[in-house]
Amino acid sequence: MSRAGWIRLIVIAAAVAALELACRLGLIDRFTVIPPSEMAMALAEVATSPGLVAEIAASLANIAIAVMSATVAGVAVGIALHRLQRIRRIVDPLLSSYYALPLFAFYPFFIVLFGVGAVPIVIMGFLAGLAVMVLATLDGLDAIPRVLLKVAKMHQLGAVATALRVQLPAAAPHVLSGVKLAIAYGFIGVIASEFILSGHGLGFAVGYAYNSFDTRTMYGLILFIVLMVIALNLVLHAWDRRLRLRRSRLAGPP
Amino acid sequence: MSRREGVQNVLILIAAVLILWQGVYWLVGNVALTSPVETLLKLGALLSTDWFWGDVLESLRAMTIASLIVAVAGALIGIILGLHRLSADVAEPIIVTLYSIPKVTLYPIVLLIFGLTASARIAFGVMHGVLPLTLFTMAAIQNVSPVLVRSALVMHLTRREIVRRVVVPAALPGIVTGLRIGVSVTILGVLLGEMFASKKGLGFRLMNGIQNNDAPTIMAIAVLLSAFALTVNSLLLLLAVRQRTRVAP
Repeated sequence: MSRAGWIRLIVIAAAVAALELACRLGLIDRFTVIPPSEMAMALAEVATSPGLVAEIAASLANIAIAVMSATVAGVAVGIALHRLQRIRRIVDPLLSSYYALPLFAFYPFFIVLFGVGAVPIVIMGFLAGLAVMVLATLDGLDAIPRVLLKVAKMHQLGAVATALRVQLPAAAPHVLSGVKLAIAYGFIGVIASEFILSGHGLGFAVGYAYNSFDTRTMYGLILFIVLMVIALNLVLHAWDRRLRLRRSRLAGPP
Repeated sequence: MSRREGVQNVLILIAAVLILWQGVYWLVGNVALTSPVETLLKLGALLSTDWFWGDVLESLRAMTIASLIVAVAGALIGIILGLHRLSADVAEPIIVTLYSIPKVTLYPIVLLIFGLTASARIAFGVMHGVLPLTLFTMAAIQNVSPVLVRSALVMHLTRREIVRRVVVPAALPGIVTGLRIGVSVTILGVLLGEMFASKKGLGFRLMNGIQNNDAPTIMAIAVLLSAFALTVNSLLLLLAVRQRTRVAP
């Protein structure tokens, strides 16, 4: 490990130890924060309780549906916008300021429309991932070398065949980078919606534990979600690095 | 793209959104959806009541304080870390990881620390905004061209002068971009804070609308918040463009 890596490990360990000490010495009262060692124990209890497995399954199902639909819709919209450059220029301000919109302000609206349940939650996850998929697809299509399109023309491929056999494979690394972000954003969209108002899922479980003054379970759940997100990001990061490598190999020597 | 075409495109976009909205309204009917005109009228009616202004000002106050804290803390931490290579190498992965955690799951901790107060919502907004601004500032400082620093050294500027007169001004475009993203998510963070366990602010009114099944109010508030967020975003975008043209004419 690099020097910075070791220092980082020490900094994190020191922070956890300081929190543990502050809690044990009573500098922080137990109703606010419990010691990290107890958080870890609470995590073990929470992770083995059957009730939680159902909540995890509910959240993951919502995230999966949201990300898949965002991917399909995002790629379709991206391809369409790439074809229709005039419309693309008009929609461009919306795409570039999309994530400035307070997306969750629309969550209550979807609840009134569809009722409390999985549908508004999936819609929020979908909307969180949509724009990033459109942008990634457009980036990918923009980056296709002109040579490839000329080759397609030489082989007299039609528009559909060009899209399926040349454009999409060439744009795939960009699109998959977009999927990586869509998963991260979809996760946030779904968990946050569950937390604000719902009857199922990890976000709901955290809110429920908070409201019933069950601090121990609450910290166990929070630690679980945080560790899950960190693990997910590590996997996605490694995946993205492999894609980048492939992309640079595809591009060949300059 | 010329400036005129840009303005034209934005106008066409707004018109298209309104037409689409009206079309969906005609399709779905007025059970849960109100038309653009009705929504604006509802917003006007809300804005003529005192209690609604109370909520608007409550939200605006929390968002402003949180944004100011984000601007100062994020820029300072980013500059300090950016100036020291090893500190940046140590801190960056930690900040990136913290940034990727869904902050909502941490909101109960903030509530336990601050109670059901405006401070909790401000702190929650700061948690959202300070990390992206720190990351952007750090990167901007590190990307300042070494030539600039070397010429400053040749001119015998002290370390403090170099930071104040050379490095920070050169990094300003990147910092302003970070500020734009930071303020956007700060607004979102404060709003989320108001939506869960709060009795004040526009977020609370949104959730109240669910209980009363009051779609017109929800839509009016959502439109107001979106317009506000987009305006702030555009102003900061304009500032960033100005900075960039000032640095590299």
